[in-house]
Amino acid sequence: MTEELFKKMAQSIVDGDSDLAVSLAQQAIAAGLDPLEAITMGYVIGVNQVGASFACGDAFLPELVMAGEAMKSAVATLEPEMQRRGTTRQVLGKVVLATVEGDIHEIGKTLVGTMLSATGFQVYDLGVDVPAARIIETVKETDADLVGLSALLTTTMVKQKEVIDELDKSGLRSRVKVIVGGAPVTRDWVEKIEADGYSEDAIGAVDVAKRLVSGS
Amino acid sequence: MTKTIKSVSNPKMKLEVLSQQEIKRIHAATLQVIEKTGVRFPSARALEIWASHGAEVDRGKMIVRAKPDLIERALALCPPEYPLAARDPLQDLLLDGNHVFVGTDGCGVEVLDLHSGTRRSSCLQDVRDIARIADATAEVAFHWVPVSAQDVSPGTRGLHEIKAIWENSSKHVQTESIYNEREARAAIELAALLVGGKENLRSRPVLSLMQCSAPPLGHDGGSLDAALVAAEYGLPTGFMTMAANLTTGPATLAGNLVVGNAEVVAGTALIQLAYPGAPVFYAAAQTASDLRTGAYTGGGPEDFLYGAATNALADFYKIPLSMGSFATGAKQPDWQAGVENSLSTFMASISMADMLLGVGLLHGSRIWSYAQMMLDCEIFSIIQKTLQGITVDEEMLALDTIAAVGPGGNFLTQKHTHKHMRGIFLPQFLDRRPYSEWEQKRDGPVDWALEKARRTLASHQPDPLDDRVSAEMGRIITALEK
Repeated sequence: MTEELFKKMAQSIVDGDSDLAVSLAQQAIAAGLDPLEAITMGYVIGVNQVGASFACGDAFLPELVMAGEAMKSAVATLEPEMQRRGTTRQVLGKVVLATVEGDIHEIGKTLVGTMLSATGFQVYDLGVDVPAARIIETVKETDADLVGLSALLTTTMVKQKEVIDELDKSGLRSRVKVIVGGAPVTRDWVEKIEADGYSEDAIGAVDVAKRLVSGS
Repeated sequence: MTKTIKSVSNPKMKLEVLSQQEIKRIHAATLQVIEKTGVRFPSARALEIWASHGAEVDRGKMIVRAKPDLIERALALCPPEYPLAARDPLQDLLLDGNHVFVGTDGCGVEVLDLHSGTRRSSCLQDVRDIARIADATAEVAFHWVPVSAQDVSPGTRGLHEIKAIWENSSKHVQTESIYNEREARAAIELAALLVGGKENLRSRPVLSLMQCSAPPLGHDGGSLDAALVAAEYGLPTGFMTMAANLTTGPATLAGNLVVGNAEVVAGTALIQLAYPGAPVFYAAAQTASDLRTGAYTGGGPEDFLYGAATNALADFYKIPLSMGSFATGAKQPDWQAGVENSLSTFMASISMADMLLGVGLLHGSRIWSYAQMMLDCEIFSIIQKTLQGITVDEEMLALDTIAAVGPGGNFLTQKHTHKHMRGIFLPQFLDRRPYSEWEQKRDGPVDWALEKARRTLASHQPDPLDDRVSAEMGRIITALEK
């Protein structure tokens, strides 16, 4: 019966079916299952499966994102039960994400957020047009390992540097890694502002983030 | 008009990518989206204008919902044709639906250096150099800001860029890099210096302002305010949608056209409500996001269809169109660049898009290549020639000449041949040499294109901008930097 439920959980992720993923999570709680087990033996299997078909070219980005969203919904449903039991999910790291001040472009940043959270990062997405001060504040509050800064305009891209400078001033720079992204971001720019990494797409961003938190 | 400027005009063939019924259906769907779902206008001024005309305004979410009737009445106020004036009046461009003009692409962030070939960040000198070369070509009719002048202050960058173009070319300037009210007002001051006062901009708009929308179904606040400033002074302005299948638009082409159309139509209606009769254009560079990465692709069959379909929509609204063509996703001037830029430009040209943006950028409008710029110019020339079609009349049928030569002869020495041989297209960058010559030299179109760009930059002297005007522009910009 439990085996059966785990299989369904994995399949709900493969199908990108958030509603089903949530209702299966509720069933698991009602049946008294360990939420951590539901995640690792159920949902994560689905995430890995989608990841594998994506890697060999059989699945496309929308399927990956839908799986990510379904995973997020399932974990959110299990969260209160985990708290009640005093267990926590092992996360790869905590990431604060934002599109910088003056810039309202959202999609790339949001996509990176979904991919990171599906991979097992705890993501704090502050949205768009976010002032440096708010990013710094959130880094402090969450004790984040990573900061991800998005910008689509060459005129707002300079704010990525501003955030890095502010992190420096507040003494946080050595504690967090900074990744940047957005269409105008180039390797030259990354070197110039002394960010720790960048990627041209969301899939690549996950690899960069993993590499940075593992310290390799 | 267009003394030295090449344009597609009176094409001899037509393409119907959408039937009238299909266009009306897209229009009706668009009105439904604007009325029911709404479009985001994050500008206090824009929301005020909408509210005063009776649209439903959600101030918290900054979303506007407007009745079809309000939108249609506003659209009816758009002028169907108007000129883009140039610093040199002989190079004015008439947007009358019967001319296809090409601009430089924009706004790149890197340049393949003209001399070393290395890729580096773009700077103000690049804007100058590209403008100067564009000024010399017959194909480039007007300018966008080709690359970002990243070595000047972001607060006045857009102004430095247009000044640099005017100093190096006497053609029309359309900026896509001024997207806030403060810079837009200063840009009006700069443009006014070229025509002897702001009041003359209405009849001689030497500058136009292109704004990007923020798909899906949104606009950028600064862009809206800048567009309203342009309209206030009679400078042509337009909203460009880049709604992309999968990410910022539905996966389907018709659905994505509706999303983009709703953005452009709602933005255009706003301008007309604020300044009835202001010159506006429709702008679009729709594409499909890459299935694997979600990235902007800058080419492919979807782009080619959008190039033609968007023109059908702009024609339906009787508004000139500024259409994204060229702008390949290729990393260097190669097979992919040739395929994508030829087909996108062909589809937009045969549909008579008024402005095509544009030549010179690689990697989805990010990296400037002088070679690609020249090759794109040739692509346009080939398409322009193709669209002239085949003339069938007595002279062209050449019956007397055919009879004179007879079976087995040749036409090389015929007077008729001599008279018409210059009608045959002479390419600059297609390799038609003997194989042995290629084998010996191992060079090709990209080398020749680069060489031509180098030669042009070294030798071309644009019609100079009056030193006093230039100095005054400098003072206006400096004052803003204090």
